[in-house]
Amino acid sequence: MLILTVKKAHEKKENRWGWFFTAPFGVFFILFLVVPLVYAFYVSLFTYTQVRGSVFTGLVNYKRAFTDPIFLSGMGRVVLYTVVMVPIQLGLALILALVLDSIKTKFGSVSRVLYFLPYAIPVVIGALMWGFLYSKDMGPFTAFFHLFGLQAPDFLSKKSIFGSLVNMVTWQWTGYYMVILYSALQSIPSELYESARIDGASEMEIALKIKTPMISSSLVMVTIFSLIGTLQFYTEPMVLRNNANSAIVPEYTPNMYAQALAFNYNQINYSATISFALGLLVVIFSVFFMKATKKQSGLED
Amino acid sequence: MSQTQQITHQRINSGHRVGSKVFMLICIVYFCLPVWWLIVAATKSNSGLFLGTGGPMWFDKHFAFFDNVIQLTAYEGGIFWRWLGNSLFYALVGGVGATVISVMAGYGFAKYRFKGRKAYFNVVLGALMIPSTALVIPMFIIMSQIGMNDTVWAVLLPAMLSPFGTYLMRVYCQDSLPDEMIEAARVDGAGELRTFMQVSLPIMTPAITTVFLLSVVNCWNNYFLPQVVLADTKLFPITVGLTQWQAKSNAGAGSEQVWNLITSGAFISVIPLVLAFIFLQRYWVGGLTAGSVKA
Repeated sequence: MLILTVKKAHEKKENRWGWFFTAPFGVFFILFLVVPLVYAFYVSLFTYTQVRGSVFTGLVNYKRAFTDPIFLSGMGRVVLYTVVMVPIQLGLALILALVLDSIKTKFGSVSRVLYFLPYAIPVVIGALMWGFLYSKDMGPFTAFFHLFGLQAPDFLSKKSIFGSLVNMVTWQWTGYYMVILYSALQSIPSELYESARIDGASEMEIALKIKTPMISSSLVMVTIFSLIGTLQFYTEPMVLRNNANSAIVPEYTPNMYAQALAFNYNQINYSATISFALGLLVVIFSVFFMKATKKQSGLED
Repeated sequence: MSQTQQITHQRINSGHRVGSKVFMLICIVYFCLPVWWLIVAATKSNSGLFLGTGGPMWFDKHFAFFDNVIQLTAYEGGIFWRWLGNSLFYALVGGVGATVISVMAGYGFAKYRFKGRKAYFNVVLGALMIPSTALVIPMFIIMSQIGMNDTVWAVLLPAMLSPFGTYLMRVYCQDSLPDEMIEAARVDGAGELRTFMQVSLPIMTPAITTVFLLSVVNCWNNYFLPQVVLADTKLFPITVGLTQWQAKSNAGAGSEQVWNLITSGAFISVIPLVLAFIFLQRYWVGGLTAGSVKA
């Protein structure tokens, strides 16, 4: 009897304090995540016209979005960016992390900080800088190509803007992913590959066959980060657009489209639809990716 | 292993070494040259940026950095410094808020088996996948209805929600904060709050620093939300302010061109964070793995 009451009291205490500690988070979570999401969905179910005012139209806006060539091409663009950019960034980050892990010299630790440096620069400032660097008059490439008697390509033209943006993002984020992978490598006990080394395995073999599989959960995590980040592409094209407004249309990515709809065209309902649809697609992509890599995923409870 | 085999092995390995050194040097150049360009560009006048005697990657004859600072201080009533101050304010207050909330929640999730914990935490995990930018426009619509647009709260409050920070703190508490220690404090008669403050918090310091740094960087980087919810230039963070100058300078004929203010302003604005990064490096590395490598 006594034990039962003690247990009850204990349970009550756990409940009370558990909710006490997590309550502030819960409040912010509801106010700044649940409410905007639900509200976006609610707003997206209406259509505003000057004649009839705000009218409930159900899922009509979604039907419009998924047949809207502007939204679809924006979505296609960010998917293409994801397919190209994520492997480049993570591949480079993994190679750098493996190389840094295999040499433990001063040169190694200095280079690690230098690779990480671009992450300390805000994305907006990074994009501003590359805008200058790509410029014909102020950037170094005109003179550089001149040295070889060549003409520098126009980095801000329609044709090369894709590559220019890929380069900007790679420059900015590779170091960050490298640091995560590097610290995961550091936590592998070295006995695990010491014996392989004695057996005559080359450093390359150790890196590819032992170290890389050992950090697969970190690899999955950074892939999800960069996947989600790329699908919401906004800041870089938005800032670079000031230098290249013929190559980057105002609706270049879904997020830019939502912004333009809300501010330039005053179509709040449809803008909320685009935001919600983008959020939904990103969640679907990431769930799909996590399911596909379920074994490695460190994000599971 | 025979001797010849060993020798070939060593040769291959040293070949790798040279190859990887060269590769690392190329990468250093790639990651650092743009930063070098920024340092050089910050010391140039408007015309020096176009016609500098040393070219884009070297200093001009005329060292104009201090002139630029003076001009920054005078231009539009010295609004640059105000923007920088705003950014610091948003980053610090938002960062502290996000950290306090995440630390409490992570601790609660890890150390108390309360009713509904599992479902609650699964929702947090799910939220990691929701792109924060998809919430910006809806947030803007709501805030314009309750009159919160164009106030500091519109930037600060949303920044205090950090599902990722909460997730990191929970993993850290689970792995590095033994239940026995908390139990011992309770047996000694310490209340739950005192246990949290005096026993648990000190052990959580490395992870707290990491979450704080991540949140500060997030707030400092924030662009989409302030760009949308703020109209008053006096409330702009530096990111929104500088892009406004950039847009103005690019507008071409008739509009004012302040390239030298953009480059020197950008340079000054990155100094605090770059220093913080270099000096707090180890906190970075430590905490980020907490989430990825499960012991």
